[in-house]
Amino acid sequence: MASAQPARRRGFSWPAWLQLSWPWRITWIYLALVLFLPLGAMALKAAAVGPSQFWELATTPEALATYRVSFGLALAAALLNGVFGVVIAWALVRCSFPGRRLLDALIDLPFALPTAVAGLALAAIYSTNGWLGAPLYALFGLKVSFTWLGVAIAMVFISLPFVVRSVEPVLEALERDQEEAAWCLGASPRQTLTKVVLPQLMPAILAGVAQGYSRAVGEYGSVVMISSNVPFKDLIAPTLIIQKLEEYDFASATVIGMVMLLFSLLSLLVINGLQVWGRNWEANPAQSA
Amino acid sequence: MPSLLRSVAKALPRPSASALIPLIACLYVVVIILLPALEVVAGAFAKVLTPFIENLQSEELRSAVMLTLRCTLIAVPANTIFGLAAATAIARRQFPGKALLLSVIDLPFSISPVVVGLMLVLLYSPTNGLLGGIVSSLGLKIIFSWPGMALATIIVTFPFMAREVIPLLEEEGWDQEEAARTLGATNWQVFWKVTLPSVRWAVVYGLILTTARALGEFGAVAVVSGNIAGQTQTLPLFVEDAYKQYDTELAYGAALILGGVGIVSLLLKLFVEQLLGGRREEEPMT
Repeated sequence: MASAQPARRRGFSWPAWLQLSWPWRITWIYLALVLFLPLGAMALKAAAVGPSQFWELATTPEALATYRVSFGLALAAALLNGVFGVVIAWALVRCSFPGRRLLDALIDLPFALPTAVAGLALAAIYSTNGWLGAPLYALFGLKVSFTWLGVAIAMVFISLPFVVRSVEPVLEALERDQEEAAWCLGASPRQTLTKVVLPQLMPAILAGVAQGYSRAVGEYGSVVMISSNVPFKDLIAPTLIIQKLEEYDFASATVIGMVMLLFSLLSLLVINGLQVWGRNWEANPAQSA
Repeated sequence: MPSLLRSVAKALPRPSASALIPLIACLYVVVIILLPALEVVAGAFAKVLTPFIENLQSEELRSAVMLTLRCTLIAVPANTIFGLAAATAIARRQFPGKALLLSVIDLPFSISPVVVGLMLVLLYSPTNGLLGGIVSSLGLKIIFSWPGMALATIIVTFPFMAREVIPLLEEEGWDQEEAARTLGATNWQVFWKVTLPSVRWAVVYGLILTTARALGEFGAVAVVSGNIAGQTQTLPLFVEDAYKQYDTELAYGAALILGGVGIVSLLLKLFVEQLLGGRREEEPMT
C-alpha cells in the first residue's frame, strides 16, 4: 500500500519549482499517505452518495438523536470545564498550598490514561454500587453509568485538561499591577475579576473550551464503556458510525462520518481564530477589543 | 454533582477566597480524575490480587499485548522520522500557507478517532474501499488485520512529535546550523550533529507522548480491527471486550497494565520537565 506513491513520484524528474529538499519530500509524501489519501477517499465516497441522499441519511431521526447527545452533552461538559478549569488554573498559578504539584500532575492524567481504562474506571465508580454511584443513587435516585449522565461525565473527564492548560500561561503572564491599580481606584474584588481579569483571560478560556468541546464530541473509548449505547437515549455519533459499519451500511456510516469531519474542520478553524485573537490581545489589548 | 460540590463548599465555615479556590480546584480534580484512577487500582487489587498473575498467562491477553507493542513499534519510529523531517522543513522558514500547513498537521487531533478508522475502511476495505481492489489483488490484507491497525495508530499519533519539535526549533534560530555549514558540514551532518542535539529533549518529550497515545489508542483501531480475540485485539480493545463479557477480572488486569503504562508516561513527562527546569518558574512551596 505504502510503496505505490513514492515509486510513481520517483519516475518523474522534479520540475524546477518543485525542487524540494529531503525533509520536504518526506513531509509531503507522509502527509499524502497517512492523511490526504484517507481524507480524499472519504470525500469521494461521500460525494458518490449524492446530495439529496446525503441530506436524507445525515438527518434521519436516529442520526439527529445522536447529534443531540454528542454535540449537546459535549457542549455542557466543555462549559462546565470552562468554569472549573479557570478555578483550577487560578489555584495552580496564584495560590500556594500543599499538594499543588500533585494537582498539577493529575490534570494531565486524562491525556495519559488510555481511554478504555478511563471508561472502565468511570463506568465502575459511577455504577449503582460504585464509590460515587452508590451515594448518588441512594440520595437522589440518580443513575449515572449507562445513562446520558454517564456520557456527560466521561466527556467532562477527558476535556478537563484543555481549559486548564490553555488558561495557565495567560494567567501567569497577567500583571498583578493592573489588579492593584483597580483596587487602588476603589474597585471591589468582583469588579476587578469581571472587568480586569476575566476579559484578558477570555480568549484563552474560549480556546480551551473549544478544544475540549472538539475532543469531547469525537471521544469514543471512554464514552462507549459508560454508555448503554441505546439509540435515542445515550448513543453518540461515533458509536452510531461503528454500528452502521457493522451492519454493512457503508453509505450511512460515510455520511455521518462526513458530518463529524466537517464539524472537526470547523472547530479547528474556530480554535485557530481564537488563538490568533488571543495573541493579538496580548500584543495590543486596546485595539483588538 | 458540581452543585453538590458548591453546596459542600458553602457549608464549610466561610474561609477566605485564597483558601476556597484551591479547595474547589482540588475537590473537582479529585472527583473527576483521581477517584476513577484509584478505582482501577483498587478494583484490580481487591478483586483479582491472586488471579491477576494467572490472568497474565491468558493466551488472548498475551497476544493483545504483543499486537499493541507491534503497532506502537511501527507507529513511533515512523512518526519520529516524519516529525523531525516536518520540523526541519517547516520551522524557521516563512512561506505562504505555513499556518495552514501547521493546521493540517494538527488535523488528527480534532478528527474523531472513529472517523479516522472509517476513512481507512473506505480506502482499503476489500469490498467497499477505494483502493480495495488493488490491495486485494496484491494479496495484502489491511482492514481487519494488523497493517490497518498500525496505520490507524500512525494517523492518530503523528502530530505529537512535530508539535513538540517545531516551537523549539523556531526559538533556536539558524546561527549554529549556518556556522556548521560554513565549516563545511553536509546537510546530513548538520542535522545529525547540530539540529538534533539542540532539540533532543523535545524529541524525548514527543516520544513519550506518541508512545503513550499509541499504546492506548482505542477508537481508530477498534474500527479497522474487526476485534477478533487472540488475533486483532489490542490491549485497549481487550479491556472493553472482557468488560462487556462480564469477565471483570481480566478487564481490570489488562486495565491495570495499560493504566500503569499511562502513569509511567506521565511520570517520565514530569521528570523531563523537571530536568528542563520546569515549564514555568515554580514558586518554592512553603
